[in-house]
Amino acid sequence: MALARQSHLAQLEAEAIHIFREVAASFKKPVMLYSVGKDSSVMLHLARKAFYPSRIPFPLLHVNTGWKFREMIEFRDQMAKDYEFDLISHTNPDGLRDNVNPFDHGSSLYTQIMKTDALKQALNAGGYDAAFGGARRDEEKSRAKERIFSFRSDNHGWDPKNQRPELWSLYNTRIRQGESIRVFPLSNWTELDIWQYILSENIPIVPLYMAAKRPVVERDGALIMVDDQRLPLQPGEAPREKLIRFRTLGCYPLTGAVESGASSLEEIVEEMLVAKSSERSGRMIDHDDSASMEKKKREGYF
Amino acid sequence: MSQAVSLSSAADVAAPTPTPATALSSYLAAQQEKSFLRFITCGSVDDGKSTLIGRLLYDTKLIFEDQLSALERDSKRHGTVGEEIDFALLLDGLQAEREQGITIDVAYRFFATDKRKFIVADTPGHEQYTRNMATGASNCDLAVILVDARHGIVTQTRRHSFINSLLGVRHVVLAINKIDLVGHDKSVFDKIVADYEQFASGFDFDSITAIPLSARFGDNVVERGPNLNWYDGPTLLGHLETVEIAKDESARPLRFPVQWVNRPNLDFRGFSGTVSSGRVSVGDKIVVAKSGKSSRIKEIVTFDGTQEEAQAGEAVTLTLEDEIDISRGDLLTQPDHRPHISDQIAAHIIWMDDAPLLAGRSYVLKIGAQEVNASVTAIKHKVEINSFAHEAATKLNLNEVGFCNLSTSHPIVFDKYEEDRQTGSFILIDRFSNQTVAAGLVWFGLGRADNLVWHDLDVDKKARSEQKHQKAKVLWFTGLSGSGKSTIANLVEKKLHAVSKHTYLLDGDNVRHGLNKDLGFSDEDRVENIRRIGEVAKLMADAGLIVLVSFISPFKAERALVRSMLDEGEFAEIFIDTPLELCESRDPKGLYAKARKGEIANFTGISSPYEAPDQPDVHIKTHERSAEDAALHIIREVLGDDGIDPDLADFTI
Repeated sequence: MALARQSHLAQLEAEAIHIFREVAASFKKPVMLYSVGKDSSVMLHLARKAFYPSRIPFPLLHVNTGWKFREMIEFRDQMAKDYEFDLISHTNPDGLRDNVNPFDHGSSLYTQIMKTDALKQALNAGGYDAAFGGARRDEEKSRAKERIFSFRSDNHGWDPKNQRPELWSLYNTRIRQGESIRVFPLSNWTELDIWQYILSENIPIVPLYMAAKRPVVERDGALIMVDDQRLPLQPGEAPREKLIRFRTLGCYPLTGAVESGASSLEEIVEEMLVAKSSERSGRMIDHDDSASMEKKKREGYF
Repeated sequence: MSQAVSLSSAADVAAPTPTPATALSSYLAAQQEKSFLRFITCGSVDDGKSTLIGRLLYDTKLIFEDQLSALERDSKRHGTVGEEIDFALLLDGLQAEREQGITIDVAYRFFATDKRKFIVADTPGHEQYTRNMATGASNCDLAVILVDARHGIVTQTRRHSFINSLLGVRHVVLAINKIDLVGHDKSVFDKIVADYEQFASGFDFDSITAIPLSARFGDNVVERGPNLNWYDGPTLLGHLETVEIAKDESARPLRFPVQWVNRPNLDFRGFSGTVSSGRVSVGDKIVVAKSGKSSRIKEIVTFDGTQEEAQAGEAVTLTLEDEIDISRGDLLTQPDHRPHISDQIAAHIIWMDDAPLLAGRSYVLKIGAQEVNASVTAIKHKVEINSFAHEAATKLNLNEVGFCNLSTSHPIVFDKYEEDRQTGSFILIDRFSNQTVAAGLVWFGLGRADNLVWHDLDVDKKARSEQKHQKAKVLWFTGLSGSGKSTIANLVEKKLHAVSKHTYLLDGDNVRHGLNKDLGFSDEDRVENIRRIGEVAKLMADAGLIVLVSFISPFKAERALVRSMLDEGEFAEIFIDTPLELCESRDPKGLYAKARKGEIANFTGISSPYEAPDQPDVHIKTHERSAEDAALHIIREVLGDDGIDPDLADFTI
């Protein structure tokens, strides 16, 4: 199904393409954060559209915690091969050395070391002055207030009270040495828009989004997939095969699955339309406190 | 089927029902046909904006269960409405806001009904956040302006209405909220509506729709409710779903700002950008607005294949039939409806920085993909928010709106904001902090061409020379043949040209062989020769040029005549004083030798007199200084007061 001209999806697509081009034309060294999730898949697709027939003029950066689903890594490498983009994968070497994991260190410290710190390391190492992220304003309350071009200090901090006014489609791209801009081309997309767009454009996504029988354990009301033997089982816990899929993808021990029979894109979209819980509820890190995302962002999290 | 996938009834449906793929496809196709409305909510603090949007999301069943339980938890912790759900907490996303109970930044919310998709910009009510309100309005087509029924029209109502009008928001909903707190009284509603219509009559709104409502209890938000039977207009959602936002950007003249030059290999050179207005087809003639160069559209390239046509809003890549010089910042346009080009504009400025706007300070101005240095040359007036009166001002403080003249380092291409929101809007960026300090809306250009239209000024010598950033002058070099006049005059011209001055050198070569070829060297002819040259120099000075005249011009009277033809201070007599013996010994063209032999009659200095100036403006004794030094001396003496720096000229050559 081709996009109807001037439909809201066509408008969102054009807005995102404008943003991609503005960054490529205005910054010395952009990079795109590639988390391999569905939003990243849409970003990758939009970036290919923005620069066609040229190749994407910046690398894609994957912050690999070492605890991503195996299928995500396979999919990532396949994409890089098929679409010929430059892929940089970074894992925090300190965390790797100290075997930082979600079980012994807790999700909060683990996220800080393996995601936030790792991201800063990779951004500093690359000297990137602009970094694309796939965040959407409908995901979470503090994101609803973030600019599309979001200024970051030289230690990657976000100051929500001192954001640059952002009018029309005029983006202020000026920064000093060491500072950077996080850019969110999907700011105005909703989760439903993402799925409709994936469906309309036939965009490849990690198969984990589609229902299949997978081994899971149930913890604190969440279904955790046993993706490898590193997941420590608690006494009396035994993996069971369940028909599940994921609405969001991250580190497998921290990502809750939903029971679902939706095994095709059409069925996923249909399920979306009757969904009764918002997608981030599947992510453990948001649960501590309703202001936790803002806190993480101030510290440099995406 | 429609029940199972309808968004507005989504939460009523217990479980996914199997759906034939075709039904889903047709549903999705219908989704794509939905129109899109971006609107802003504004009003004074505590008028209930966040509550209203929370209510819209809640009543259109767009709050997920987990969000609702978090909301109930937060309501108990921070809420201000007792045991009830505090909808404002759903939107006030930042910690500081939740704690202070205010909204400090624009929050964007998304919802959809069966008819439309909506993006809501929920903007701050406090006066110190007016800049954020303007940010929200810049991309919206409709404004919901909340008024507390108990307080009626207040300062912020006026300020927000003014800013919406200024930013081109053409549709207003006057949402008279908390009507429950005035006993659902119709007369209170009617009075506020009358007050509003009176002060808003001067604004450029296409529609004003007043709706009495209670965001807290839901009356007239989505459902009508039982308390307002005297009101027979639409509910807020009913209106938002159906209001006509007539705006056909593709019917306007073509504007295509080049964002990025797409050059994957030597065989492909495309120009990527978004059509901001109008439409463009393969084969169309286009013009680069600034350079005036033209070509035709060869291809319209997209990832999904080439297209025959592209219209406003589409992001494409254009290739052209001809290789012409185009880079980021250029604006491609149709030949018959071109934008304005000027380095002087008049614009409304909304000042957004804590430090005030100072006239004369240099900022970075970004308009489309063009970035130039700019300064405000004059604040014509600022607008007083209560009365909308124009007041004199020497600076603009945070949140103030002023009407200013700006001067840019290079000419910019633009349209008037009221004609084109994309090509008529700009931001100013502080060169040191890199903060966005102002939003600007172009009112008109102040360039010479635009002045004709707007002020009907005569184009005179002053206008022409100012356009060239110089003063018209005639530098009259007089002296014997072989004295070095032409050598020095040539050097002076080169140096002036090097600093971008507009000059012309009149000498024997280009005058005696053309205009004056009928004249000989008799005294009469010499007089006529100088008179004609004087007239030509005068016309050229009138064109705003710096004219250099290099003729022997032996007679005082003719030199005085030319001086009298020109304005006071415009004529400079430069005596190139070289002793006859020296000229004769140089004799570059062998003329003295011929004259001595009597082969040339009436030769100045030999067989015809030379009347040396008594008080020349510049007296150059060539045996005392080099030609280079003489040229610098002349520029310093004659043009130094006009701001021309001879050392710079020297450096440039």
